[in-house]
Amino acid sequence: MTAQDDVDLTGVLERVKTGVAAFDELVMGGLPRARTTVVGGTPGSGKTVFATQFLAHGITTFGENGVLVTFEEPPADIEANMRGFGWDLAKWRKEGRLAFVDASPPATDELVIGDFDLAGLLSRIEHAVKNANAKRVVLDSLTQLFDHFIGDPKILRRELFHISTALKKSGLTVLMTAERNSEYGEITRHRLEEFVADNVVILRNVLHYEKRRRTIEVLKMRGSHHAEGEAPFTLLASQGVVAVPLSSLRLEQQSSTVRVTSGNPAIDEMCGGGFFRDSVTLVSGATGTGKTLLVTNFLAGGVAAGEKAILFGYEESKGQLFRNASGWGTDFTRMEAEGKLKVICLYPEAQGLPDHLLTIQSLVDEFKPNRIAVDSLSALERIAPDTGFREFLISLTSFIKKREIAGLCTATSKSLIGGESVSEQHISTLTDSIILLRYIQEQETMNRGLMVLKMRGSEHAKEIRRFTIDGSGMHLGESFKRAPNVFKT
Amino acid sequence: MPSVASRDGLMQGEASVAELVLRLYIAGNSAGSRRAEQNLHDLRALLDNQAWRIEIIDVMRRPELAEQAGIIATPTLSCEHSGRPRRIVGDLSDKKRVLEFLGIETGDDP
Repeated sequence: MTAQDDVDLTGVLERVKTGVAAFDELVMGGLPRARTTVVGGTPGSGKTVFATQFLAHGITTFGENGVLVTFEEPPADIEANMRGFGWDLAKWRKEGRLAFVDASPPATDELVIGDFDLAGLLSRIEHAVKNANAKRVVLDSLTQLFDHFIGDPKILRRELFHISTALKKSGLTVLMTAERNSEYGEITRHRLEEFVADNVVILRNVLHYEKRRRTIEVLKMRGSHHAEGEAPFTLLASQGVVAVPLSSLRLEQQSSTVRVTSGNPAIDEMCGGGFFRDSVTLVSGATGTGKTLLVTNFLAGGVAAGEKAILFGYEESKGQLFRNASGWGTDFTRMEAEGKLKVICLYPEAQGLPDHLLTIQSLVDEFKPNRIAVDSLSALERIAPDTGFREFLISLTSFIKKREIAGLCTATSKSLIGGESVSEQHISTLTDSIILLRYIQEQETMNRGLMVLKMRGSEHAKEIRRFTIDGSGMHLGESFKRAPNVFKT
Repeated sequence: MPSVASRDGLMQGEASVAELVLRLYIAGNSAGSRRAEQNLHDLRALLDNQAWRIEIIDVMRRPELAEQAGIIATPTLSCEHSGRPRRIVGDLSDKKRVLEFLGIETGDDP
């Protein structure tokens, strides 16, 4: 074996970026150049969008022209369908940066007698590659080709292997799509990947508690490392496939010792001088205990200190939030007019969690706030239980830390007195600080109590403080002498 | 009757009004292509009462013609007389089925 072969095999493969940034991270920078990747997925899982994005990104960003071989829809249909993602395929075609090979089913009667090969297809692809000076080739989808020659799977396997080899030899990076019958089962119909693919990527579109959950998984990457497991993604108009970076991959955030105010001097004191600048605090309590008030204080305190603050509300409308705030003596309208505050209210059901995350990220990057509040996580948890929610939380908290901004999230306890919520279990290990708000019954009256349960990297008060709410906000009083055991989590 | 432009490759047959154009798309000198070509000529010899014109198109040399015709597999015999075009993929070894599919009356079994 020569030294050059060694280099080829040890994973210093040149990478071709797909245009799906978070996906490129999963595969250590992009798809290996001059290799074949099979993208498998059930109908509607986003294969064609992913494949077209791979071509579009090459054309617009890297000056790498492309060839799209279509077995399913005629080119005109694809051009129309992809316009919604902001890709002007027709323009690129006219400019000679994109060439189609139309292998969609012809309107002819056809009979197969005896042995054949796919030299016709290969010569057309090579012709198109030459005309467009292409570097990237997409075949969409192989399954359609198999269905066309349904009786001769052996010949097709041999021929596809031949085509794949010929294109790779020309230095082309090839992406082939293939259909799957089910989300979890055989990798692709006809087991195409076994004989053509250096790499296998799976797109999933799973129905989970009445919600669609899209994920992307790198199953195999010959001669190179890749991240394992499913990463969530979403299909966005004018952008295409947007994978959600799983920040659990890295824990590289700096830890700051700078303190910022919680918006309430008494709570700052309980926390040992305020929240840390790049920390995420959870406020947990039953409905009506004052969570939204703490959020309001947190935002107002930041604005008063010359910071910019952003609030994502998922429970109340903007009007309600502004009215509540003015009821506690805080003027959100003026803050927003001065550009110090931004309030976004969305129905949790309006979109999936990955889309919510992307909304938060893009608005934060646009507004560049110093602090962010999310009210409430429980409302978001409602739309995607289990793993989806946990992934969302991990991504959200690490995003907040990476931007070095202070975060405050709320969670609603299910029972009015004491108790815990699922969000708390999920999030308690992910947040740096936890503040509990509880109703506490003393003889005939119902009082409210506040406790700092956890404050990572800092001393904090251990007592349970009584508090009241009036027209000027929250007032902390004496600590409870004998509180019932309602603060366990 | 579509006018037939001069094509690269072998041209045979004489022009007549009822002429049948058979285009055979082949890939270079592959064994399958040579077999198909031979079988087609054998068929023509068998049926010398038919007005056939055979065109042989090599997709390796003329990929743009393969593109125009939407050829994927080789060899492909394309029969473009009337109505829907008909195509046979393969080496044309089963002559009886080839003729049946093309709708060509033979009078007797070839």
